[in-house]
Amino acid sequence: MAMLARLGLTDEQVAALGSELNDILARVDEIAALDLSGVEPTAHSIPVTNVTRPDVVRPCLSRESALLNAPAQQDGAFLIPKFGA
Amino acid sequence: MTFDLSSLTVSGIREGLIARDFSAVELAESAYARIDAVETDVHAFNSLSRDLALDAARAVDAVVADGGELPRLAGVPVAFKDNMNLVGTMTTCSSRILEGYRSVYDCTAVRRMLDAGAVPIGKCNMDEFAFGSSTENSAFGPTRNPWDLERVPGGSSGGSAAAVAAGEAVLSLGSDTGGSIRQPGALTGTVGMKPTYGRVSRYGCVAFASSLDQIGPFSKTVEECAQTMNVICGKDSMDATSLERPAEDFTLGIRDGVKGLRVGIMQDLVDIEGCDPRVRQSTLDTAELLAGLGAEVGATNVPATQYGLPAYYILGPAEASSNLARFDGIRYGHRAADVEDVLDLYLRSRAEGFGPEAIRRIMIGTFALSAGYYDAYYGQAQKVRTLIANDFERAFADFDVLLTPTSPTTAFKIGEKAANPVSMYLSDVYTIPVNLAGICAVSVPCGTVEGLPVGLQIIGTHFAEATVLRAAYAVEQASGFDSVSPLVRGLADKRGTTVS
Repeated sequence: MAMLARLGLTDEQVAALGSELNDILARVDEIAALDLSGVEPTAHSIPVTNVTRPDVVRPCLSRESALLNAPAQQDGAFLIPKFGA
Repeated sequence: MTFDLSSLTVSGIREGLIARDFSAVELAESAYARIDAVETDVHAFNSLSRDLALDAARAVDAVVADGGELPRLAGVPVAFKDNMNLVGTMTTCSSRILEGYRSVYDCTAVRRMLDAGAVPIGKCNMDEFAFGSSTENSAFGPTRNPWDLERVPGGSSGGSAAAVAAGEAVLSLGSDTGGSIRQPGALTGTVGMKPTYGRVSRYGCVAFASSLDQIGPFSKTVEECAQTMNVICGKDSMDATSLERPAEDFTLGIRDGVKGLRVGIMQDLVDIEGCDPRVRQSTLDTAELLAGLGAEVGATNVPATQYGLPAYYILGPAEASSNLARFDGIRYGHRAADVEDVLDLYLRSRAEGFGPEAIRRIMIGTFALSAGYYDAYYGQAQKVRTLIANDFERAFADFDVLLTPTSPTTAFKIGEKAANPVSMYLSDVYTIPVNLAGICAVSVPCGTVEGLPVGLQIIGTHFAEATVLRAAYAVEQASGFDSVSPLVRGLADKRGTTVS
């Protein structure tokens, strides 16, 4: 699960989280057990879907702003290490 | 010359500026003088924006000098939760992973406050990424409650609440995903409102759970809450969930009283185990007070709210785990040193940058969304959400507003619940159902227990803010609550002046 979440946790962290998450999941299990067949799910609470606006070019973040917080950059681009061998 | 901001309101500031009793620059300096005096104890702020504040204050003073029309929040010292972007400030979400992050655009709600003449004092401490109910989960240390420095101010917007309660700002903005404005409002004796989902644009506010997050104000009075709502509400093309609504003046009608208002006490919630009997009594006494003013007070139940907490602790972390995937050490934020490759960079940057509660929530959310568990957890929680929304709708057929305590207890001691995540989660049991249903609610102080403020939660249906604020105003006037925190009173005593 930690790998799926892209969290490089230590063995100690994984062990501690294991028991904490079990406690938390025990609390949420009461709804997992409810019979809710026939109930529609609610994704969010307002009746709004597919909000669009005219597809026109508008000003956006400058390259300088986009790179302002970059941990590493080169030639106006984000610099990253190589992908795995 | 400096002034005690604790005794000034938005309207008082406007009158004082026009009468030239003080300048906006003097007000800003007064905020920083108060910060110098109390911040070592309180730690409401992560960073201060003195240059921006003085520029904004000078602009207001120039309008006064020209005899021009002052905008609605002219000269009012304000503070923002540190998850709201403002160019010229850091936006850290109280997380190591965003330490030093410089905002490159403005949050719409913040921009609206500044366009209305407000003066930005600084950015407020919070639970990391808004995960918590005490502001203890900040990577930069806890905020302390001006009512008792041994106690938490609530959370996650604890810094925003404490800044107002300590007189370091007159207004502040927080964000509320499961109670993060209302609960700290209750614990610090301030007024805190979570507007209806869609009322206020979230553009520029770092997302926690996008189907629940909403920005709202903290203030000392209900009228100022309404005045701030007037400024921050409204459609924004940059947030697809913000809704087009006719312009509304939330201050109109707040003094109209509660005669004939149908007020429902949410009996099943008021009676839950774990609610301090004195907080419960304070809620019932305030309902009685409203009845005395002509409200038609009855009891009701919203049964599905019993599943609010478990549904929230699936939906919130699930959405958070998705939203927080963007913090990967590539474009901004902490990047681990000496990494082997991109995967190693992700794994180590995230593990090093996120604090324990963020890691806990990401793990719960990742689990709830993972193959084989999605239907049992996430899908089921979304269905529970439908039940809660339907039950609220039924209750609002009979009542205009619903009442609960805002939080089951008054402010608890720093460290008291930190070791047990589940007991901390319970502190939002009253506020969470409101977010799940997307409706609006305010916490208004209604009394004290052993010298600590108690908040009453007044809940309204979608877009019923005006009604909720009218009821809150009646409570404020009738309860006789004194919003001056002991910290502020102590400073006034030291100076030998009185605080009105």
